[in-house]
Amino acid sequence: MSSFPLFSPEAARRPVAAALKSPALVFERLSALPKRIEVTPASQLAVQPAPEMVSSGVGEIDALTGGLPRGCLTEVCGSASSGRTSLLLAVLSAATRRQETCALVDVSDALDPTSAAKAGVDFKRLLWVRCGPQTTRPPRRHGDTEKNKKHFDRDRAETAVEQALRVTDLLLQSGGFGLVLIDLGDVPLKTARRIPLTSWFRFQRAVEHTPTVLFVVTPAPCAQTCATLLLKVSAKKLSALSRQLSDKSLAHAQLLEGLHVEAELLRARLARKPMQSVTAFSTKATGAG
Amino acid sequence: MKLVILSWFFNQQSKIAESTMPFACIFVPDFPVEALLRTEPELRAQPLAVLEGKAPLQKVFAMNEPARHAGVAPGMTKLQVEACSGLVIRARSELQEAAAHAALLDCAQSFSPHVEDAALDTLVLDLAGTESLLGSVPKIVRELAHRASDFGLTTNVAAASNPDAAVLAAHGFCGATVIPEGKEAEKLGCLPVDILFAAQNCQGSEEFLEIFQRWGIRNLRDLAALPDVALSERLGQQGVYWQKLARGTTSRTLVPVEPLLIFEEAIELEYPLMLLEPLAFLLSQMLEQLCTRLGARALATQELRLSLDLENGAHGEEIYWNEVGAGTPTRRGRQRFQRTLRLPVPLLDPKTFLKLLQLDLKAHPPGAPIVKIHLIAEPVRPRAAQNGLFLPPSPEPEKLELTLARIAGIVGEEKVGSLELLDTHRPEGFRMQQFVPREPQGLKPGNFNKTLHAGLKPCSTLKQDSDSDDLVTGLRIFRPPVVVTVTTQDGKPTCISCSKRGEIHGEILWAAGPWRSSGDWWEQAGWARDEWDIAVQSETSVAFYRLVRDLLGGRWLVEGTYD
Repeated sequence: MSSFPLFSPEAARRPVAAALKSPALVFERLSALPKRIEVTPASQLAVQPAPEMVSSGVGEIDALTGGLPRGCLTEVCGSASSGRTSLLLAVLSAATRRQETCALVDVSDALDPTSAAKAGVDFKRLLWVRCGPQTTRPPRRHGDTEKNKKHFDRDRAETAVEQALRVTDLLLQSGGFGLVLIDLGDVPLKTARRIPLTSWFRFQRAVEHTPTVLFVVTPAPCAQTCATLLLKVSAKKLSALSRQLSDKSLAHAQLLEGLHVEAELLRARLARKPMQSVTAFSTKATGAG
Repeated sequence: MKLVILSWFFNQQSKIAESTMPFACIFVPDFPVEALLRTEPELRAQPLAVLEGKAPLQKVFAMNEPARHAGVAPGMTKLQVEACSGLVIRARSELQEAAAHAALLDCAQSFSPHVEDAALDTLVLDLAGTESLLGSVPKIVRELAHRASDFGLTTNVAAASNPDAAVLAAHGFCGATVIPEGKEAEKLGCLPVDILFAAQNCQGSEEFLEIFQRWGIRNLRDLAALPDVALSERLGQQGVYWQKLARGTTSRTLVPVEPLLIFEEAIELEYPLMLLEPLAFLLSQMLEQLCTRLGARALATQELRLSLDLENGAHGEEIYWNEVGAGTPTRRGRQRFQRTLRLPVPLLDPKTFLKLLQLDLKAHPPGAPIVKIHLIAEPVRPRAAQNGLFLPPSPEPEKLELTLARIAGIVGEEKVGSLELLDTHRPEGFRMQQFVPREPQGLKPGNFNKTLHAGLKPCSTLKQDSDSDDLVTGLRIFRPPVVVTVTTQDGKPTCISCSKRGEIHGEILWAAGPWRSSGDWWEQAGWARDEWDIAVQSETSVAFYRLVRDLLGGRWLVEGTYD
């Protein structure tokens, strides 16, 4: 039985010899070979499309940032009475007006339904998740000190934050929400900063290429580079309130008019560069007519 | 002439009617075994015997083919069959037989609206008019057998021009059989004569069988060949009826059953279940069967009721009822545990149901070993939703239900949902309810851009959409309210201190109030309070709080902060 070689060594050598004789033939043959890898020059690389922007419900903020980007993380930070909850309610109200299904992960269980209703939030489109321990406070034991009580409060806050992170994961994986809000406003700064950066990256990746707006309210910047838009809100300086505070008329003749809020754009990783970085707006208290 | 034409017309009509009125029969051999195998399909290849009777006197009632090969016969005692190696023994379950019969009915009624419930294991279908919808009769017969196997039942299906011939063929031939019109006697002739009495299930049939055996009649062909008059003289009209059956020439009308839309599955367990995992395995089988049955009738479910009978000795306080009441003892003194799963939209996905039941049982464990499982699905029409191309996104109902159940497992059932404001001025006047997202309404051409494509518009247009004049000052509520110590001067708060929140401390820079409100004084839970809005210096700026004086309790509370 005869066996055939798979290739002849002589035949394999032949093209090399031919190439040595005529380089033009080599170029001709190389050009005839099919291109295996298409190399695209860097100048022709596809540009990532700019995210779709939606209204935040506050004209001044829209003018400053161009709205809130879909598929991105937007962070708003500020201290107490800085106007972040008013902004949150405005965003929520605008989203429900757009007939989108929204979810609010309320870490401190701080939402006031009356304010939300006044702001025009459609509760039928809002999923409210109230974080916090399911169990009640453990019975006080003999020897409980003030330090122990503080430890319990800190543990409780951490439990709520952990819950919020897990709930947010579930909501983002479920999909279909137009707006997911995480309210970390009343969480101690130390606890909020302890949220691992990987969580924020995970959230950012989860909302990427989806129509969901992820809106986070924090006491201070926490999401770092994961936030596409970072706004800092603060109450206007005391001098701006001086008229209200210097009103020495009878207490029952006075009324809280609202808050004067200053919003500063700290980061915007968007194609459109803002013309200015600071804006201001006012809110109206529900009882102020 | 007219009379001739009319008679010809009626003859033609009757011929057409006869030729297009086939009947089909579905028969489940070893029905008690098949009923058990629906929930334990892994036992199908193993020899299985079903016993009936009270504990010391249990006897074999039914067995499958492998068990028959192993030498098991009806009437053997439990002791005798235990000698067979590898034989699986199960007690007869009437509940599972009823469920299997209901499944068989669902299967048959998905092909024809006229179904006769001939026996627990036998159904007869009128296939008239179904050919144009479902195809030829052989195709329908094959489909019937295939659909029955989806329901977990191995069946014999036969079609013939009359119901009795179809029943005999289904009892006699395995698989799918079609007997052409006029060939009934020829096809049925090879069947043994005892099948006649097994199929008809008549009283006193043993007497006739004995006579036929004495005469040397072994099969239906022999019976069909007997002279009519002589048979009538010896056996009477009953004998003539048996002969007609053997020839396949009987004619009768079907007695169709009314479809009962009850979808329930039940399993009585041999030994009590103590873990969630094996329970989930059984629930999965039951849900698969229920969903197949619902799907056969083009229905879905919005409510699942799970009822678990617990072993004797369960403690009364461990019995939970969901929105029904307290646990009640069933017959045999067992305690029953019930859960009701209500869904916002009709669904038909067994995996979703299983996960929801698992999450629910994890949150509300039964508290005692389970001896019987009963699952009922309330049938409803499936959801007919036309999703618009330009409507805003909304979560898929199946995914949303699972997500909500999982979130409820993390934060608690009462802490997730949508809120509803109550018609009261009482603080915290709201309640949580199940979250059912409102379907997006059809958009009018005028406000299409306004609602959806806000992002595609220039910023100037966005600014017009958002109206800052109506921006409401939000209030962050402290739940529960923070108890504070307040110093007053002429009834007006001037200084505040709080041990729990260090930031609420210091001189009150500004105060507005009080606004008095009260309500529910006619009830025990009456309330009366004075509200103040105060400004306190914080680290960086001024913080505004809502201060409340509880007029009934006399305490000062900070209810929240304006933010």
